[in-house]
Amino acid sequence: MFDKNKMINIKKKKDEWSKECYLKHIKNHPERKKKFNNLSSIDIKSVYDPDDISHLDFYDHIGFPGDYPFLRGIHPTMYRGRLWTMRQFSGFGSAEETNKRYKYLLKHGETGLSVAFDYPTLYGYDTDHTLSRGEFGKCGVAISSLNDMEILFNGIPIDEVTTSMTINGPAAIVWAFYIANAENRGISIKRIGGTIQNDILKEYIAQKSFIFPPEPSMRLIVDTFEYGYKEVPRWNTISISGYHIREAGSTAIQELAFTLGDGVEYVKWAIKRGLKIDDFAPRLSFFFNAHNDFFEEIAKYRAARRIWAQEMKKLGAKKDRSLYMRFHTQTAGCSLTAQQPEINIARVTMQALSAVLGGTQSLHTNSMDEALALPSAKAARIALRTQQIIAEESGVTNTVDPLGGSYYIEWLTDKMVEETYKYFDKVEKLGGVIPAIEKGFFQREIAESAYRYQKEIDSKDRIMVGVNKYQMDEPIEIPILKMDEKGEERQINRLKKLRKNRNNSKFERNLSNLRSAAKGDKNLMPIILECVHSYATLGETCDVLREVFGEYKEPAIY
Amino acid sequence: MDQKIRVLVAKPGLDGHDRGAKIVARALRDAGMEVVYTGLHQTAEMIVETAIQEDVNVIGLSLLSGAHMTLFIDVTKLLKEKGLDDVLVIGGGIIPEEDVSKLKKAGVSGVFGPGTHCDDIVEFIRKNVKK
Repeated sequence: MFDKNKMINIKKKKDEWSKECYLKHIKNHPERKKKFNNLSSIDIKSVYDPDDISHLDFYDHIGFPGDYPFLRGIHPTMYRGRLWTMRQFSGFGSAEETNKRYKYLLKHGETGLSVAFDYPTLYGYDTDHTLSRGEFGKCGVAISSLNDMEILFNGIPIDEVTTSMTINGPAAIVWAFYIANAENRGISIKRIGGTIQNDILKEYIAQKSFIFPPEPSMRLIVDTFEYGYKEVPRWNTISISGYHIREAGSTAIQELAFTLGDGVEYVKWAIKRGLKIDDFAPRLSFFFNAHNDFFEEIAKYRAARRIWAQEMKKLGAKKDRSLYMRFHTQTAGCSLTAQQPEINIARVTMQALSAVLGGTQSLHTNSMDEALALPSAKAARIALRTQQIIAEESGVTNTVDPLGGSYYIEWLTDKMVEETYKYFDKVEKLGGVIPAIEKGFFQREIAESAYRYQKEIDSKDRIMVGVNKYQMDEPIEIPILKMDEKGEERQINRLKKLRKNRNNSKFERNLSNLRSAAKGDKNLMPIILECVHSYATLGETCDVLREVFGEYKEPAIY
Repeated sequence: MDQKIRVLVAKPGLDGHDRGAKIVARALRDAGMEVVYTGLHQTAEMIVETAIQEDVNVIGLSLLSGAHMTLFIDVTKLLKEKGLDDVLVIGGGIIPEEDVSKLKKAGVSGVFGPGTHCDDIVEFIRKNVKK
């Protein structure tokens, strides 16, 4: 990247500096630690200089924003043109309560919605299923039918606001609820925008809300890709997610490598089905974690853009839009402390800033009380305000990729690219992503990293303020979200009424059509839509698919 | 020689957050205990059945979804019904302070939230296990 003769001089000067200045200095004033490393255990040097990035080619490896390899951002103007979408992941109790929270957040300046579903919904069970016991509305909102979806978005302009839905195993069905709701409201489905997470591979790897085995799950995902670009063109039909891989304990490099590896796997399956890459690839999106190591996170997002553009080109993509690694970020839930919860606001600010400096397209900032319970309205509002301060007060949005060209950031970005390709090779040797899942490769890698991280905290090699340093011996006093105790009863009654009042012969005919279609190879989205329009519940629809596809069981390894 | 303490680490209900359970399982194993991990999606019946089969001294329940007041107490109730009074039950997860005392009353002897040092769990078990 630099002039060769100048580099020779710089190297010479560097050796002199090291001998005469640095080493002499640390003799009398030793550094605080023998080794400094980041959360991926990469050794970090005291200082970086042109020599560390001289192997990089500016145009091939860094370049300009909005131009290949898009490392500096997917748009030429980034936040000078449009700020990221402030999208707070939220959902609890019944559809009525969550609907109120959405309106509250929109009123306070949120610019996109993001639905958190409860566990029964994530696993495709209705609220009145025996396995749903105790879980109603606990870590998200309960949505068992189109009826619940109607209530959830009642009075919200879904043709103007985009909605992201964290749903995976039953993503096709929950998306169908959303589409059907738009149709019933007379809104063209060509106009609705949003995202379904729909990323089953990381469910097997980390988040664990899977239903069906890999093969039929991948088929359903490709069905949504195809249906999406044809019928719901503004919808991101997948959000390939590293967030949960990281929350499960991986390092930043593992998060990056496993996520992009999953992404490539989806593309290969869609191509195998006969889809054209430039048709579906522009609607693929990503989701990353913003953890504690500020620069490492920024380097991770930048590296992800370069790798994705390179890999998509290799797979035959021609359109620029197919090369864009567009992503959502959420600050790291696992970094929050139950102790002195207010200090989480400072953590979240740093993490959110890393996402912004890394060029995120949308952002969720965690609330300070999330190590204790679901966020209270006030805590959620403060989290949103944190984004607004970064966006409108800090000045970091004035220029694109402000850290580009930093010796350290460029070196670290490239290092993360290099380490990611090492993981790609390892997975390839195991036979690909799905065989590696079946062999427990990712799960073991993550469990190892999680345990190492915990041991570092236990031994105080890694500091968590308020946990292993600067502790306070006082009770935790923070208001906790209270949920409507009648919500579950109301929901169960609603389900009973729905099952009684719908046209049951039509509903049964649709489910039986779904059963035969699932055994064949037609795209299932249109028939799933018919099922949900006839008010088949989530559980009933999933049961049909469970019957045909079977269920995934994971081995219990630790 | 002392017999090794036998622990069942269990994930009740649908919650998929298994990072904590796995870390605790490893930490207890490294501390010299015999650890059985149930894996995900266990009902109270499955957990108690495994506890009997494996003849454990301790059951460690982990739940981060917020359903602890139902699902932890299902387990302690069933243990009582089966007369397994000598099994020490502990729990961990995202558990607000006000639930901790209620859980203790219901038979979850130790509750460990985020930020717990693994050694504290080991020590608690050694001190309170009935053998």
